[in-house]
Amino acid sequence: MQNGPVAAAPAFLCNPMAKSNQVIDSAISREYEYGFVTDIDQEIIPPGLNEGVIRLISSKKNEPDWLLDWRLKAYGQWLKMEEPNWAKLQYSKIDFQAISYYSAPKEKEKLKSLDEVDPELLDTYTKLGIPLEEQKMLANVAVDAVFDSVSVTTTFKEELSKVGVIFCSFSEAVNNYPELIRKYLGRVVPVTDNYFAALNAAVFSDGSFVYIPKGVRCPMELSTYFRINAANTGQFERTLIIADEDSHVSYLEGCTAPMRDENQLHAAVVELVAHKNAEIKYSTVQNWYPGDPKTGKGGIYNFVTKRGSCLEENSKISWTQVETGSALTWKYPSCILKGDNSVGEFYSVALSNNFQQADTGTKMIHIGKNTRSTIISKGISAGKGQNTYRGGVKIMKDATNARNYSQCDSILIGDECGAHTFPYIDVRNPTAQMEHEASTSRIGEDQLFYCNQRGISTEDAVSMIVNGFCKTVFNELPMEFAVEAQKLMEVSLEGAVG
Amino acid sequence: MLNIQNLHAGINGKKILKGINLSVNPGELHAIMGRNGSGKSTLANIITGRDSYEVMEGSVSFNGINLLDMSPEERALSGIFMSFQYPVVIPGVNNTYFLRAALNAKLKHNNLNELNAVDFMRLIREKLKLVKMDEKYLSRAVNDGFSGGEKKRNEILQMLTLEPTFSILDETDSGLDIDALKIVADGVNNFRTNKRSFLAITHYQRLLEYMKPDFIHVLIDGQIVKSGDKSLALELEEKGYSWLEK
Repeated sequence: MQNGPVAAAPAFLCNPMAKSNQVIDSAISREYEYGFVTDIDQEIIPPGLNEGVIRLISSKKNEPDWLLDWRLKAYGQWLKMEEPNWAKLQYSKIDFQAISYYSAPKEKEKLKSLDEVDPELLDTYTKLGIPLEEQKMLANVAVDAVFDSVSVTTTFKEELSKVGVIFCSFSEAVNNYPELIRKYLGRVVPVTDNYFAALNAAVFSDGSFVYIPKGVRCPMELSTYFRINAANTGQFERTLIIADEDSHVSYLEGCTAPMRDENQLHAAVVELVAHKNAEIKYSTVQNWYPGDPKTGKGGIYNFVTKRGSCLEENSKISWTQVETGSALTWKYPSCILKGDNSVGEFYSVALSNNFQQADTGTKMIHIGKNTRSTIISKGISAGKGQNTYRGGVKIMKDATNARNYSQCDSILIGDECGAHTFPYIDVRNPTAQMEHEASTSRIGEDQLFYCNQRGISTEDAVSMIVNGFCKTVFNELPMEFAVEAQKLMEVSLEGAVG
Repeated sequence: MLNIQNLHAGINGKKILKGINLSVNPGELHAIMGRNGSGKSTLANIITGRDSYEVMEGSVSFNGINLLDMSPEERALSGIFMSFQYPVVIPGVNNTYFLRAALNAKLKHNNLNELNAVDFMRLIREKLKLVKMDEKYLSRAVNDGFSGGEKKRNEILQMLTLEPTFSILDETDSGLDIDALKIVADGVNNFRTNKRSFLAITHYQRLLEYMKPDFIHVLIDGQIVKSGDKSLALELEEKGYSWLEK
């Protein structure tokens, strides 16, 4: 909660498992599958952050002056702000001067088509399971591939433009659709919103831009695949999605990074705007490198601000996230329900295994009448992992007949992990209907024994039980990715049970 | 088939079974009767290998192999099944998925081909009829929101599907109305062959009216104090357990 607690009602839950259960014992972990490094010529600016660096990034992108001014203003604000420390995350202070703020694969010339993309890069994405070549592309899924600070390519662009859908890199959008960018940039997440959002505004390098025109139902899934490759760099992308009246879009992002001993910072901003009767479905499968499973060394620090505005009546924004990676996760995809009858949803699965820490949740701000929100959060803690749900529901004075349903469930595997729940509820209109349910359980010895007695191995049983636990959230993912998420959960849990 | 010799066992350092001797041959149905706390469920947990129970003395072998060295799933895969007194809820995991995972684990163990979804559905529809369960049950989560009777029928359905050679029925009659009891008993009776054995654990002789046991053993304070044929059950019904206590 960027604004801090509203009305504190923290329920602290920490349920160490009975030691009697020797079946469950955190042991070895399988290697992170996407930990390889792409050997490619890269242009990296030296570490450090100052006005000069921001001017350099802006000039590399040939940005208009107004955008440079916007960045500089954000930087000025950031300097005055303090790093937030209210999250339940333990980490050593980030040295912002030790990070490089721009890294891009060297281009020989301006790319005209995919044939000109470095084969090393194409190979990288193929290895990640995201082939970009025409003949191999995922059917019905358009992909924007972001490699470190820049977008490498966007597939299916032409098909999409036939129905008027704009899907391109943020940099391209700044040049080609400046009026849209100017109108919406920073509208949902203002520059001064929080420390990491201000930093992102100052140094963001690329990201995705989506515009769905009036009355269009986007004919395919849109997705962005983020890859961090270079060492000592941060990734600061920005995504902006605008769904105009009566439109519909489903968008998915995926993320991976190489295994490195140093922590790397990822501070993104995502802004969604839904106009009258529009619907945006935003799904995330986050699998950044979580750090060494045995020592906790390395891994991505994931500080992300995501917010959607249901600007006008009958609009709907739905967030679904599956967070299995990162050493640290600090992320609260939120909805501002301004339009009457607008709907906000948040479905989350967050897994903290080994040394991972996650502090994640959502904020639902009800402003319009008859606004509804649903929060389903499933936290899984294993190894020494710490998993925190932090959620805020705010019903403003004029939000007559607002309704919220929240359900926060945690499951513990092993006896060294923790699960914590901090729900904040602030109701200023007496007609509001609020429901909150929370549970914490451990994978029961009795459940495992029941499965074992039917011949199912403990490892299969754990993955079956966890997948069952996550089912209501997985059901919200686009079909192609629900299977992926399920597999990812199995891989991430491997080794959680000895 | 199952051979228990001088078994002393318990939980958390507390001795519950104090020298059990029991031998079950292929095709036999043995009933273990006794009051609460006499050690009936401990015996079932020791045979199936539940983690928190410990064996202090004695041996348990199954088809000549030392059972106590085997993990719970190895015991299950080698043909031991328990119908649980309190079947566990597994939210979000549907019965089809669970049963198929269990059956395929067994087929794989026996070096047989695993069943695909279509073949499995064909099989399970047949089995459902045997316990008079509706197909809707398959899409529900394992034991989630099941009534007592449904849970017990589900246990029997699992038994019929996995086809174990040795089945423990732990208080399978408790919480059942007369109709459900008949269904469960019919399920077991039709499953009986001269190769399959059963150990029925119960408080009452009610269940034994429907499943004819070959032997009845009375368990008091961790020991089998009396064994006999089915007439013993009637005697117990009439006189209670006190006449057998020292």
